Amino acid sequence: MRFHLKIWRQPKREAEGRIVDYEVDGVSPDMSFLEMLDLLNEQLVARDEPVIAFDHDCREGICGQCGLYIDGVAHGPRPGVTTCQLHMRSFEDGATVYVEPWRARAFPVLKDLVVDRGALDRIIEAGGYVSVNTGTAPEANALPIAHDVAERAFDAAACIGCGACVAACTNASAMLFVAAKVSHLSLLPQGRVEAETRVVDMLAQTDKEGFGGCSNTRACEAVCPKGISMESIARMNWEFVKSRLQRID
Amino acid sequence: MILDARVPEGPLEQKWSRYKASARLVSPANKRALEVLVIGSGLAGASAAASLAELGYRVTCLCFQDSPRRAHSIAAQGGINAAKNYQNDGDSVERLFRDTIRGGDYRSREANVYRLAELSSNVIDHCVAQGVPFAREYGGLLANRSFGGVQVQRTFYARGQTGQQLLIGSYAALARQVKRGRVRAYPRQEVQDLVVVDGRARGVIARDLVTGELVRHAAHAVVFATGGYGTIYYLSTLALGCNATAIWRAHRRGALLANPSFVQIHPTCIPPQGAHQSKLTLMSESLRNDGRVWVPKRADDGRAPGDIPEDARDYYLERRYPSYGNLAPRDIAARAAKEICDMGHGVGPGGRGVYLDFRDALTRDGRDTICARYGNLFDMYRTITGADPCATPMRIYPAAHFTMGGLWVDYALMTTIPGLFAIGECNFADHGANRLGANSLLQACVDGYFILPYTVGDYLADDRGAGPVSPDDPAFAAAEREVRERLTRILAIRGQVSPRTLHRSLGATLWDACGMVRDAAGLERALAEIGALRASFWGDVRVTGAADELNPELTRATRVADFLELGELMCRDALARRESCGAHYRLEHRTDEGEARRDDGGYSHVSAWEYTDEGPRLHREPLTFERVTPGERSYK
Repeated sequence: MRFHLKIWRQPKREAEGRIVDYEVDGVSPDMSFLEMLDLLNEQLVARDEPVIAFDHDCREGICGQCGLYIDGVAHGPRPGVTTCQLHMRSFEDGATVYVEPWRARAFPVLKDLVVDRGALDRIIEAGGYVSVNTGTAPEANALPIAHDVAERAFDAAACIGCGACVAACTNASAMLFVAAKVSHLSLLPQGRVEAETRVVDMLAQTDKEGFGGCSNTRACEAVCPKGISMESIARMNWEFVKSRLQRID
Repeated sequence: MILDARVPEGPLEQKWSRYKASARLVSPANKRALEVLVIGSGLAGASAAASLAELGYRVTCLCFQDSPRRAHSIAAQGGINAAKNYQNDGDSVERLFRDTIRGGDYRSREANVYRLAELSSNVIDHCVAQGVPFAREYGGLLANRSFGGVQVQRTFYARGQTGQQLLIGSYAALARQVKRGRVRAYPRQEVQDLVVVDGRARGVIARDLVTGELVRHAAHAVVFATGGYGTIYYLSTLALGCNATAIWRAHRRGALLANPSFVQIHPTCIPPQGAHQSKLTLMSESLRNDGRVWVPKRADDGRAPGDIPEDARDYYLERRYPSYGNLAPRDIAARAAKEICDMGHGVGPGGRGVYLDFRDALTRDGRDTICARYGNLFDMYRTITGADPCATPMRIYPAAHFTMGGLWVDYALMTTIPGLFAIGECNFADHGANRLGANSLLQACVDGYFILPYTVGDYLADDRGAGPVSPDDPAFAAAEREVRERLTRILAIRGQVSPRTLHRSLGATLWDACGMVRDAAGLERALAEIGALRASFWGDVRVTGAADELNPELTRATRVADFLELGELMCRDALARRESCGAHYRLEHRTDEGEARRDDGGYSHVSAWEYTDEGPRLHREPLTFERVTPGERSYK
C-alpha cells in the first residue's frame, strides 16, 4: 500500500508548527498505524532527515501513551481502539491521511505529535485515590462487594488516560476522564468515604488546568478506546450535586 | 568476592519476622532529612515510592514515560497469585512457596521465595483497600482462577487487565504523595548513569527526554525498579521503551548481574505477521484454562482448522503432560510449541504457530460465559489479526517475555553496591530459571509495598551519619561528563546504519542462539555476531537530530548500545551454565525424553557476573535447600 501523509511538524514547544507532506510506500495492510510511521521514520533516517516524534510505548492498547488525531478523529477511523491498534487495513490504498497531535490548551505540543498530558496526572493528584497507607488494610474478603457493582466500577476503571476524550471535545473538556475516576471510586465502598471531597477537588483542578466544560455532545464517548460511557459523567454530576447539598447541611 | 545474601538465621517461617524484629529504625524526624531516589514507576517503583513517602522519607521518582501510570506493569493481563486459600482447595503459603521453587527449577533462593509467598495475602488486602476492582463471585467475595504449573486456584484477577488495575492503584498512591509534597515525580527522564560516592550509590545522571538536558539527582539511597530487558530480542511482548540502560550502567559501576541468560519465552503470543512487526502481543496464559492447544497430526496439513477432524488433531500438551495438560508451565509449553513446529506441524505463515482452540469451552459453557471471562483478550486478538477466536481457533507462538535474570541482590534486595536496591523484574531474586504465571505482579507488589520500606530503613539507619547528599559532589560532575561525551560520540559517527536495524539484527541473533534452545556452537557464533554488530554500531551508526532536543533516535541508540553489551553477557552466561534448567535449555543437556536435565552437583548456584575491563568475571552464590529437595521437575 502507498499513502500520502500530511503530518504536523513542530520543532519544539515554543516554535511554530506546520503541516508537511510525506509519501510512504511499501506499507503492509497488517501494519499498525505506528508501524507505518516507523517505516516512514526509517526512510527519513536513510535520507538523513530528523524523524517524526510521536508518543507510544506498549503497542497493545493499554498504556495510553499513544494518541494521534487522524483525519480529524482522535485515534483514527476505527472506533474502540487506540492508535497503536489501528491497522492500515482500515485505510484505502493511495489515500491522503492527515496526522496531527491532540489539540487542547491544557495539552501543549512538545514536539511534532507529542503533547504534554501532565494536567491529567495533576487531576488524579487532586483526589483520584483512596487514602490508605500500606500495611493498614483489613482482610480483603471482610467487605463483600456485589458482583455487578464491582463490574460497573471496573467499566469506569478501564480508562487508560490517553486524552482522546479531550482531543475530540469541541470544548477540550476532560469530563469523561474525571468522571471515569470519580465513578470507579465512588461505586466501591472503599472509595465512598472520600467521595464528597474527591469530586469537588478533582473538578476544581480540572478547571484550573484550562479544560473546558461539558456540553453533552458525546464526542468523547465516541472516540474512547475503552468504551467509557457518558453514564459516568451523569454519575459524576450526581456525586457533585450530592456533595454540594451535603455541605449545605 | 564472597557473595553474602545475608539471609537471617532460623527456620524459613521465621526469617522475615526475625529480619523485621532486628532491622534498625529511623525516627520520623530523621526520615524527613533522608532522600530516596526511585527509578521507574511501575508496580514495584510506584508502590515503593508511595510506601516510603508514607513513612516520611523524601522521595524522588523518575520514569521515561510521559506519566508514571504508563509503566509496563500495566500490560500484565492474567492475574496475581496469593495464598489466601479462599477456594478451600488445599492452598497455603507452603504450597505457593513450593510451586514457585519448583516452577523455577530449583535455581532460586529459598528464603526469598518463602517471603514472597508469605507476604502474598497482604498484597491482596492492600490492593482491595485501594479500590482495585478485582473479579468477584455473586456473593460479593473475591474470585480466583488457575494458572500454569499449579493445581490450585489462587490467582486473583481483574478481567484481562489485572496489571493495569494494580498499577493504577499504586499510581494513585503515588499521586497522593505527590499532592502531599512527599514525592517529586519526574516523567520523561531516563537514567544514563549511576553515581557512586565513596563506594555508596548516591544518585543518578538522568536525561530529560524533552529538552535533552542532563539532570543530577542525589539521594541517600537509590532504588532501581526499572523492569525487564526482554526488548533486547527486538520482538518481545514488552513495551518498546523497556530497556536495560539503568541496570547495565549500574553493572558497569560495580553491581553484579545474576543469571542474565534466564529469559522466559511466553508460549501464547500472537505470531509475527511480517518484517514490519514492532512488537508481539501476548495472549494471557489464563486462556489455557479453557483453550486447548493443538496442531494437525499430519505435517504440512494445509486444511483450515475447522476441516481437520478430531482424530487428525494432536493435543500435544495433553498428550505429553497429562497431569497438567494445557496448563503446563511456560518454559515447557513454549519449547513444546517450538519442537512441534520444527517438526513441520506448525500452522500459519512460515509454519510458526499452533492453535489455541476454544471450541470445547464454547460448547460446554456457552459464548456469554467464555466472552465474559476473556472478552478483552478476544477483542485484542480480533483487532490485531482480523480473525474471530469464537469462530476459528487462535494462532499462537512463543515470544520473549520476562527476564528472570537481573541485578544480584541480597535478602534485603540490595545490590553489591551499598545503597543501591533493585526491586521487581530488574532483580534476579525470586523466579529462578522460570517464572510461574501471576508471580510477576506479586513480586513487584511484595518488593515495593512490603519489603523495601523495611530494608531501606535498615540501610539508612546505618547511613544517617553521612549528612546531606549533594549533586555538586565531583562524582556527579565526572559521571555527567562521561554521559555527555558518550552522547556526543554517538551523534558524531554519522554512519549508514540505523539503530533500529542494529537492534533488529541483535534480536534475531539472540532469538536463534540464546532463546528457547541453546547450544555451545550457536552461542559462540552469536558472540562473534554480536561483536561485529557492536563494531558496526560504534563505527557506522547513524543517529539523526541533536542531543539538546526531544530525539527518539538518540534515545533508541543509547538503549541499543547497552543492549549490545548485555547481549554478549547473556551468551556468556548461557555458555557457562552447562546444564539445562527451566527456560535455559541446552541441547547438550537433556533427558532421553527431551526434557531439561539439571546438574545439581555442578550448577546449583546463582551465576553473578562482575564487570571488569578484562571481560566478565563469574562469581557463584551457592544455593542450599533446607526445606525442599530438588527433584526432577515433572509435569507429566
